[in-house]
Amino acid sequence: MAETTVASKMVTFIITRQDKPESQAYSETFKVPYRPNMNVISALMEIQRNPVTAEGKKTTPVVWESNCLEEVCGACSMVINGKPRQACSALIDQLEQPIRLEPMRTFPVVRDLVIDRERMFSALKKVKAWIPIDGTYDLGPGPRMAESKRQWAYELSKCMTCGVCLESCPNVNERNSFIGPAAISQVRLFNAHPTGEMNKEERLEALMEDGGIEGCGNSQNCVRSCPKGIPLTTSIAAMNRDTTKQLFKKWLTV
Amino acid sequence: MKGNSYFSRKLHSLVGIIPLGGFFIVHALTNFQAFERGPEGFQNGVNFINNLPLLPVLEFVLIYIPLLFHGIYGLYVAYQSNSNLGRFKYGRNWAFTAQRVTGVITFVFVFWHVYQTRFQVYMGNISHEELGSTMNHIASSPLVFTLYVIGVLAASFHFANGLWAFLISWGITVGERAQRVSSKICMAIFLLVSALFILSLVAFRGDEFKEVADAVTAVRSLL
Repeated sequence: MAETTVASKMVTFIITRQDKPESQAYSETFKVPYRPNMNVISALMEIQRNPVTAEGKKTTPVVWESNCLEEVCGACSMVINGKPRQACSALIDQLEQPIRLEPMRTFPVVRDLVIDRERMFSALKKVKAWIPIDGTYDLGPGPRMAESKRQWAYELSKCMTCGVCLESCPNVNERNSFIGPAAISQVRLFNAHPTGEMNKEERLEALMEDGGIEGCGNSQNCVRSCPKGIPLTTSIAAMNRDTTKQLFKKWLTV
Repeated sequence: MKGNSYFSRKLHSLVGIIPLGGFFIVHALTNFQAFERGPEGFQNGVNFINNLPLLPVLEFVLIYIPLLFHGIYGLYVAYQSNSNLGRFKYGRNWAFTAQRVTGVITFVFVFWHVYQTRFQVYMGNISHEELGSTMNHIASSPLVFTLYVIGVLAASFHFANGLWAFLISWGITVGERAQRVSSKICMAIFLLVSALFILSLVAFRGDEFKEVADAVTAVRSLL
């Protein structure tokens, strides 16, 4: 039969869908014609063009978020075959079929594969992940950063707030207020900066509040999952050291 | 410093090693005297502990209070965690879940074990000299022996893996290599402490502990 030859060149997707933030999730199967070098995003675009399930039922197009398509923005993060990662860099040729797509449920689901990562941005605000340089007059150039330090700090700056580390963390859940690995690593980044260092106590204090750094249970899934290869567990341990010092400094000197 | 979860969790990590971890090692070594030197060696170990100054204070400040805090707060920490082993089958993630499971097992086991031994001494049902024979009685039942082996394995893992996590939580082992090396050392500690406890349990099954038990009963009946 003609169908069988066509079917062999089809890619099967099982997608977890959800119509509204508060509605029940359900799954739908789609078959997408295979093209060389396709990735999960191009397959989702195919479903968008022709939103018909494998059973031939007409359905609504699957909704997802994406932006840069080169794994630097973090918008298309989703759970692909059980692992959180970016859909743009998930090549169909390298995935086992059927390909299962789910939203990262650690975050509130907006619709289908779209999630709300607001808690990550709130976390960056909480730890003051920026360098305050605004003033009423020109402050002039800041102190220079040693090249040896810049090299490792640059690795930390690759964080794109994608949320994969939070999704993989067993301590980021509805019973736990843990801030998550990403923001802790950002404290290390901004505290390493020669100008940022001037406000390092503020950032450490933010990690020493409820839901701060102590929420880490050392499962170390984050460092295994980070798409940018950021040494998150080293960052957490380094901030453990700095918050410990800050704790004793407060107890013994003030 | 106001009492927040940072402080509680840090204290939880600390008391798990100092004093509880320290006591755990002393306990393992004392028990091991039963294997190394027989009933007399074990009795010397028990006597050494009982001759420590301010013993009731030491017991409360260094054992009971930290144990209750670590145990009860630990149950809360376990409650706050999910296990995602189905999706992330990494060694460290196994250890993360195992740390919580062994913590709960140890919590139950410690209560039961203290009830069978120290609490009976408090109640006056047995004396310090009869702890060896009490252990002989406990270890002789195949079911109780198995439960004790599970209990000591859980406690030893919880201690050794907790030591690894303590070194990270207090910012001692920061780099990846340091954490990898310390995890090997901690697993060696797990095997060593488990061996000490299990060998002691095997030793307690020996007839020499039963004979001591018989002798004590005989002396009792004479008095």
